[in-house]
Amino acid sequence: MSTALLTDLTIFILALLVGIEVIGKVPATLHTPLMSATNAIHGIVLAGALLIGVTAHTVVGYILAFVACLFASANVVGGYVVTERMLKMFRKKTPQPELPEPELESLNGHKGLKGLLSKTGKAQS
Amino acid sequence: MSGFTGYIQLVYVLAASLFVVGLHLMNSPASARRGNQVSMTGMIIAGIATLTLLIHDGTVTVTGWIVLIAGSLIGASIGLYAARTVQMTAMPQLVSAFNSVGGGAAALVAIYGYYEAESHAAGVLGTTTVFTVLDVLIGSVTFSGSIIAAGKLQGFVPSQPIIFKGGRLLNVALAVVAVGAAAFLFTTASLPALLILVLAALAFGVMMVLPIGGADMPVVISLLNAFTGTAVAMAGFVIGNWALIVAGALVGASGSILTKLMADAMNRSLANIIIGGFGTGDTAAAIGGPVDAHVRSIAADDAAIQLAYASKVIIVPGYGLAAAQAQHGVAELAKVLEDHGVEVSYAIHPVAGRMPGHMNVLLAEANVPYPQLKEMDEINPEFARTDVALVIGANDVTNPAARRPGNEISGMPILDVDRAKAIIVVKRSMGHGYAGLENELYYDPKTSMYFSDAKKAMTELTAAVKTLVG
Repeated sequence: MSTALLTDLTIFILALLVGIEVIGKVPATLHTPLMSATNAIHGIVLAGALLIGVTAHTVVGYILAFVACLFASANVVGGYVVTERMLKMFRKKTPQPELPEPELESLNGHKGLKGLLSKTGKAQS
Repeated sequence: MSGFTGYIQLVYVLAASLFVVGLHLMNSPASARRGNQVSMTGMIIAGIATLTLLIHDGTVTVTGWIVLIAGSLIGASIGLYAARTVQMTAMPQLVSAFNSVGGGAAALVAIYGYYEAESHAAGVLGTTTVFTVLDVLIGSVTFSGSIIAAGKLQGFVPSQPIIFKGGRLLNVALAVVAVGAAAFLFTTASLPALLILVLAALAFGVMMVLPIGGADMPVVISLLNAFTGTAVAMAGFVIGNWALIVAGALVGASGSILTKLMADAMNRSLANIIIGGFGTGDTAAAIGGPVDAHVRSIAADDAAIQLAYASKVIIVPGYGLAAAQAQHGVAELAKVLEDHGVEVSYAIHPVAGRMPGHMNVLLAEANVPYPQLKEMDEINPEFARTDVALVIGANDVTNPAARRPGNEISGMPILDVDRAKAIIVVKRSMGHGYAGLENELYYDPKTSMYFSDAKKAMTELTAAVKTLVG
C-alpha cells in the first residue's frame, strides 16, 4: 500500500468522524437547510471535473468533461444559492418596520389593527 | 507531489476546514446563515486554487478552456436560475435534482479518468480501479435515483409505490451484472465493461426508488445525498485530491446521520423503507368522496368564533399547507389572532411536509418568527391546556391510532392534538394520508372538519376573524 493511498484513507476516515460529530447536534428546524448545505458542499466535485478535464484531447473526452463541469457547477452554484435563500428567511422578528407604539394607541383599536394588516398584506404581495 | 501542487493541496485543506466550520455554525438558526457563507467562502477558495493550478500547469488547450468554461458557465446559470425561481414548496425536489447532477458529475469524473487512462496506456489496474468502480457505481445509482425521487415529488412520476412482477428478480439480475462487470474490471482494463457497470447502476437507481412511496421520499433524498458525498470522496481517491475526499466524507457522514434521524422520527428502519414503502401520498383521487356521517363539518364563521375566543391556539401544519402554498395565509391569520390577544404557536412534527424542517422553511418564508415554531417534544405537553388546535393539511402525524399496536403507523411519534379542548381540521376531503389509514382524530367528538383548500380556508378564516374582532 503506497504512502499516498494511506494518507488519503487516513484523511477520509478522519473526515467521516468529523462529519458525524459536527452534524449530530443540528436541530430539526435546520434539517432542510442542512441537507441543502451539504448538497452544495459536494459540489466540490467541480474542482475534480476541472482538474481531470484539462487532459481532454478527444471529442469523447471533451464531451465528458463538458457534461461533468455542467453538472458539477449546477450543483455547487444552485446548492449555495438555494441554501442562502432558505436561511435568509430564518429570523427572530418580522423585519417590516412596525408602526410606532404611540401611533397604534392613538388610533382607534380596530382601525389600527386593520391598518397594520393591510400594510402587512401589501408588503407581502 | 511537486512544490506548487503541494501548496495548492494546502489551500484545499483550508477550504475543507471552512466547510467543517461552516457546518458547525449550522447547529443553530442564529448562526446558520453565517455557516453557509463560511462554507461558500471555502468553495470559492477551492475554485480559485483549482483555476490557479490549471493556469500554472499550462497544459490546457484552447479548446479545453472553452469546453471547461462553457460547461461551468452554463451549469452555473442553470443552477442559479433554478435556485432563484423555485417556489419554496418545490424545494425538496430541487435539492434532489442538484443532488442528482452532483452524483452524475462524480461518476463522470471517474468514467472520464478511466477513459483517458485506458486510451493512453495498458490500462488502470490496482487500487484506482477499486475507487473508480465504487465512484461509478454509487454516482450512477444516485443520478438516476435522485431524478426518480424528484419526479415523484414533482408529480411526473407517480408517487405511489410502483411494484411490478419480476421486480425483485430484475434487481438481482442487475446486481449480478454490476458485480460481474466490476470483477471483470479488476482483472482487465475494459471500457465496455465500465459502460455495462454504468448502465446496470443507472437501472438499479431507478429500480431502487420506484417501489418507494412519496411519504418516504425525504428519507430517500437524504440517503442519496449521503451517497453523492461518498461518490465524491471516491472521485477524490481516483484523482488524489484531498478537498474532494474531505468534503465528500463530510457529506457522506452528515447525510447518513440525517437519514437516520428522519427514519427514527417516522419509527421506521431504513431497510424497511428501501424494501418497500407503505404509503401512496396521493390523496387527490379522494376529493369529493363521501363524508362520513360521524364527522362534524364546520363553516368559516363558526371556526373563526372558536379561534377568536380562545386564549391559546396551536397551529399544526402539514403537507396540505405546502401544497396549497398557504404559508402566508396562515401567518396572517396568526397575526390577527395575536393582535387580538390570542397566544399562538406552531407545532412542528419532525416529518411534517416532505422534508424535515420543510414547515420551518415555509413558515420562515412567511415571516413567522422561528421561536414560535415548537418541536414535537416541546409542544406535546401544551396541547392539554390549549383551547383550539388548528390542523392544516396534516394527517398521519396527528392520528391517535399510532399509540396502539397493530397498524401501519403504530409507534410513530405523533403530536398530541387530540388532547386539546377543541380541534379544527382544515382539509380538502376525507382522503387518507400517506399511510392510507383513516385518521381517528377526525371522528373525535371534539373535532370539527373544515373542508377547504388550505389557502382559501386561511383567507376566509382571517376575514371572518377580522369581522368578529373588528
